[in-house]
Amino acid sequence: MAKKVLIVDDELNIVAALEFLLRKSGYDVMAAQNGDEALKRVESFAPDLVLLDVMMPRISGYEVCRRMRERADWKHIKIIMLSAKGREAEVSKGVSLGADLYVTKPFSNKELVGKIGELLAGA
Amino acid sequence: MKARSKFILWVAALYAALLAVPAALGVLLAAGLPAGEQEAFLAIVAERAPVLAFAALILLFVSVGAVKWLFDQYLTAVHALAEQTGVVLGANAALRVTTQGGREVAEAAAAINRLADAHRALRLEFELRAKEAGARLEVERNRLAALMSELSEGVLVCNAEGRILLYNERAKALFAAGATSATRAVAALVGLGRSVFALIDRDQIAHALEKLQRLHQPGAVPPSTRFVIATAAGRLLKTRAAPFVDSAGAVAGIVLALEDVTGLLDQEAARRGLLQALAAGVRAPTANIRAAAENLAAYPDMDAARREQFVQIVAAESKGLSQQLDVALREYADALKAHLALEDMRAVDLLGVVRQRIGALLGMPCELEAVDEELWLRVDSFAFVQAIAFLATRLHDGYAVQRLRFSARAAGGHAELDMGWDGSAVASEALSLWEDEPMRAGAEQTPLTLRDVLERHGGEVWYQATELAGARGAQFRFLLPAGEAVTAPGRVAAAPAESRPEYYDFDLFRESGATRALQERRLSELVYTAFDTETTGLEPSAGDEIISIGAVRIVNGRLLKNEVFERLVDPRRALSRASAAIHGIGADALQGQPVIEQVLPSFHRFCEDSVLLAHNAAFDMRFLQLKETSSGVRFTQPVLDTLLLSAAVHPNHADHRLEAIAARLGLRLIGRHTALGDALLTGEIFLKLLPLLAARGVATLGEALAASRETYYARLQY
Repeated sequence: MAKKVLIVDDELNIVAALEFLLRKSGYDVMAAQNGDEALKRVESFAPDLVLLDVMMPRISGYEVCRRMRERADWKHIKIIMLSAKGREAEVSKGVSLGADLYVTKPFSNKELVGKIGELLAGA
Repeated sequence: MKARSKFILWVAALYAALLAVPAALGVLLAAGLPAGEQEAFLAIVAERAPVLAFAALILLFVSVGAVKWLFDQYLTAVHALAEQTGVVLGANAALRVTTQGGREVAEAAAAINRLADAHRALRLEFELRAKEAGARLEVERNRLAALMSELSEGVLVCNAEGRILLYNERAKALFAAGATSATRAVAALVGLGRSVFALIDRDQIAHALEKLQRLHQPGAVPPSTRFVIATAAGRLLKTRAAPFVDSAGAVAGIVLALEDVTGLLDQEAARRGLLQALAAGVRAPTANIRAAAENLAAYPDMDAARREQFVQIVAAESKGLSQQLDVALREYADALKAHLALEDMRAVDLLGVVRQRIGALLGMPCELEAVDEELWLRVDSFAFVQAIAFLATRLHDGYAVQRLRFSARAAGGHAELDMGWDGSAVASEALSLWEDEPMRAGAEQTPLTLRDVLERHGGEVWYQATELAGARGAQFRFLLPAGEAVTAPGRVAAAPAESRPEYYDFDLFRESGATRALQERRLSELVYTAFDTETTGLEPSAGDEIISIGAVRIVNGRLLKNEVFERLVDPRRALSRASAAIHGIGADALQGQPVIEQVLPSFHRFCEDSVLLAHNAAFDMRFLQLKETSSGVRFTQPVLDTLLLSAAVHPNHADHRLEAIAARLGLRLIGRHTALGDALLTGEIFLKLLPLLAARGVATLGEALAASRETYYARLQY
């Protein structure tokens, strides 16, 4: 069965591209556009990995990450944070809050797919 | 007239008088005799010639003896009394005169001593009153001194002629910053009475002064002007110049406030570089992508090969754009980090302020646990303390948190600062909400949010649950930029009333400048460099070398112990055991020290514009002169010698060694036979000699040089 990836980003252009890319790479993909929706989708869709944008209105990606890590039954879900920022302090914060990887935008499609593959293979 | 000549004259006069009486008697007697008896008288005299000659010899001895007794008992004794009285009056009020002279002289000495007692008592009382009167002024000056030493800016004040009247340690440190051994001497040029033009370009100061004079209007807010100067070591100092006015309302000088902006300007340049790199690097690929993409959108029916070409262009250019961005951001990462309002501060100091603030605001105790003493932060301390106080208020009001604990440590290029508490966990979204609220703590409210403060620092904060020894708790972890250790400028200990820091001399306001020829200037108003050298031996012409130089400046009659020069010198030859026994400097201490050709130019700059002062100066000057060619510096200023001046003041004392003079003048001997110790002692002796010289009518430099020339010791040659 195909592994499931949830994409969380409020920028529809990147969501469209990532959705297309990951489907082509053989994953079962779903998207969410804000933090609230993301948490609901994690519950209903039960993804193996979440691609989580940091900068979102109301509930930030950090907050989503922190809340996900509070749930013992979600511990196994891999989290890759995506951010257009990427200062050292932000990376530290993301990793401290429980993200498995922190990737700054722009990124290479190939590299991202490679990293997703590595994380899911190790799961 | 010299004592010896006087003695001979007196003996001659007495002897002549003693011989003249019997001779006159003989002539009178002979003149009254008849011719025949006269002949018989002369024959008798001729016959008794040996006896008469013997009697004349006896008379000579008697004359010498009598004059000698008279001299010893009275004349020399009175001279010695006069000299000692001069010392009592001028230099050492505790000294009491002694005499080996006659009874009458002894009585006079006793009377003088009674007078000295009375004089001393009066003087002590006078000094006490003067001290009381000066104490208030002193307090004000010390307050100013303390204030100046606490300033983070360097301050230089100079009069209209460019002489430095006041400076603080920070100013000295700014000119010393980044100095190599070649430029180190420049920092030593920050000194009272020194010309500011050695530090800052003359035209720059003249221009500032002129501008300030033009802008200055009595009674109005004083104008100021700004410029940037470069130090010898290449640091850039932002300089703010403001005038100060004398009682008549005219511009009497200039106050310079200095701030090192080298780092800031570097950052500014880096930021500009980043913007330029981004602008240049982004425009071209964006243009290419846009042209290709617009073609793709406008002509959906283009042939497959053309479509593929444009798609490739978009792919390749966007990849290039990503890389450009990465490179620029990486290269200029430091430029993005820094912020003008941030300052380097020790974490432990910052948390000290935090503790005090929270204590005052909420009465909440704060513990500082595990704070790395060596950890420095780059923070806007005011905003950060406000942010912490805001969070503490929220925790206290919303979660009944009663006690906070703080810890801090280095973490990569950052510093981790934890604000923790026991018990109550905070609702998980609370911090996210607080981050975006305008901060309020106590009566203070600001439109700034915690997020704003973190953005300004390039920092972050997050919430973590903790478990400490089984007890549940939580903490906010801050990540802040690490700072660089700031070396604090030398602090002036709170100065006791009688010792105001020496880097203030407002009496220099009265500096009359180079209007009078140097020779005609009063000794009391000249600037001196008292110096001494230690050497490998006593024969410079036989290859002995200098191994250390010590010097101290005297300005306006004050020995400036803060403004000293002290260097060891590698003599490039072996030390004799005899000399090592005197100065106690071993060969080990000299190894790796600079050689004389490096040290003399520094010393030359140190003593520029001053009169040189040394004890037995001929000796030290000879060493300096022999190095003129190899070091490339000549010491052409006037030289005064305390040995010669002492001999001029006390011609009847034979001993003019440093320690003998010091004992005579009531000075304590400290640090003898180190170059600096002896230079200090020489300076102190000179200051004590000044009133004694004045009493002998030696008041100007020209007169002092003439008096020195006359003294016997001036004929000694090395």
